[in-house]
Amino acid sequence: MTPPPVFSTVLGRDLRLAARRRVDALLPLAFFAVAVSLFPLGVGPEPNTLRQISPGVLWVCALLAAMLSVTQLYATDQADGSLEQMLLAGGSAFSAGIAVALAKAVSHWLVTGLPLVLIAPLFGVMFDLSGRSIAALCASLALGTPILSLLGNVGAALTLGVRNGSVLLILLIVPLCIPALIFGSGAISAVESGSSARGHFSLLGALFIATGLLAPLATAAALRIAIE
Amino acid sequence: MAMTMRFFTYASPPRFYALAGALIPWFWIAALVLGAAGLWIGFFQAPTDATQGDAYRIIFIHVPAAWMSMVLYLVMAFWAAIGWAFNARLASMVARALAPTGAMFTFCALWSGALWGKPTWGTWWVWDARLTSELILLFLYLGYMALVNAIDDTRRADQAGALLAVIGSVNVPIIYFSVKWWNTLHQGATISATAAPKMVASMLTAMLLMTLACWAYAFAVVFTRTRAIIVEREREAKWLNDGAAA
Repeated sequence: MTPPPVFSTVLGRDLRLAARRRVDALLPLAFFAVAVSLFPLGVGPEPNTLRQISPGVLWVCALLAAMLSVTQLYATDQADGSLEQMLLAGGSAFSAGIAVALAKAVSHWLVTGLPLVLIAPLFGVMFDLSGRSIAALCASLALGTPILSLLGNVGAALTLGVRNGSVLLILLIVPLCIPALIFGSGAISAVESGSSARGHFSLLGALFIATGLLAPLATAAALRIAIE
Repeated sequence: MAMTMRFFTYASPPRFYALAGALIPWFWIAALVLGAAGLWIGFFQAPTDATQGDAYRIIFIHVPAAWMSMVLYLVMAFWAAIGWAFNARLASMVARALAPTGAMFTFCALWSGALWGKPTWGTWWVWDARLTSELILLFLYLGYMALVNAIDDTRRADQAGALLAVIGSVNVPIIYFSVKWWNTLHQGATISATAAPKMVASMLTAMLLMTLACWAYAFAVVFTRTRAIIVEREREAKWLNDGAAA
């Protein structure tokens, strides 16, 4: 009997699990909405100020939402032993680890990243951004949230079964997310100030490709360290 | 004890323990002598700067600390990776011993930079590319230390720390350039820390002496800490309890 393909099996399973616990899956989105809404209350309702800080605010909140939601990615699978079985399912433990890591990153993005991209225009309107800036906001989040999911994956695998893992994960992974934050919010600011955002998008795309290639390897290595 | 010298001779904890114990006093002497000479030249021989007055003299601690902070991170990542790849116990211990010293130098660089910034730039802190990336480097050190301390199993902690240190060292240039572009993209040319005035020979001598003093200090402290880690991890070992390693 040939083993089932690890990637599609894990991805399908995680999406099914998310569909059955809809409230859990929507919590990061709720966190994003609440956190973003705090800024006008803290900074004041002045529209010009809000428009100026909105790219950074939306991006920082998206980053934190991704970091908070990624902590439990492997925890339950490790607790009930299914993670070990997944790693044993493929050819070698390392290649199975890469498949599992990719599947987890994709499912995390589909469950938390994609809804964020879809809801972002609403907050763009609330912060009085122009139509072009809102388009840039969606584009930069569409390119940037996969980077956050991939890097968060590395952190989740590294902090597997560690005391205070969720706080530790933020300390470990947020510094690595800084380039994505800079270019992602920079793209929106560039459009908002009327200059070209092409450079920002190119760099964000380059970051996406680099993380897409390297982060699953790092995650697989971290999973192997955590399991053995 | 007759032993033939090989490349890995001092990769054995007992031998390293003895060697480090013998070397530590010399590194302390070197640190004190070089530091005293560097400070004396820096404070009494080097001329007062034309534009910055005497405030510039903080360079003699600031620049060596900043150099050390970056070099030590790479050294730490190197030894952590060696320890992970070849299962070399001592390399992992050295990597762990390096982290607090690296973090200390990073903090010193930031702190002295703030003290230097106040009289010359008129502000404690600017979100300049160098300052920001140095701050992020401090976070990377803290993350490494937090991770290795949070995992109880030493082997797993060493390996996870090694992976994190390697990821961090790949990211350091990316972070540096992204912060640099971020700064220049947003707010034209602000105060630049790069436009250093041409340096008099005595200033350069003082700075190099202080750098060597920092190196000697780092060796002394890291070796001491490595010895402590060896004692902690090998406390069951026979060589340690025979009294041979006094």
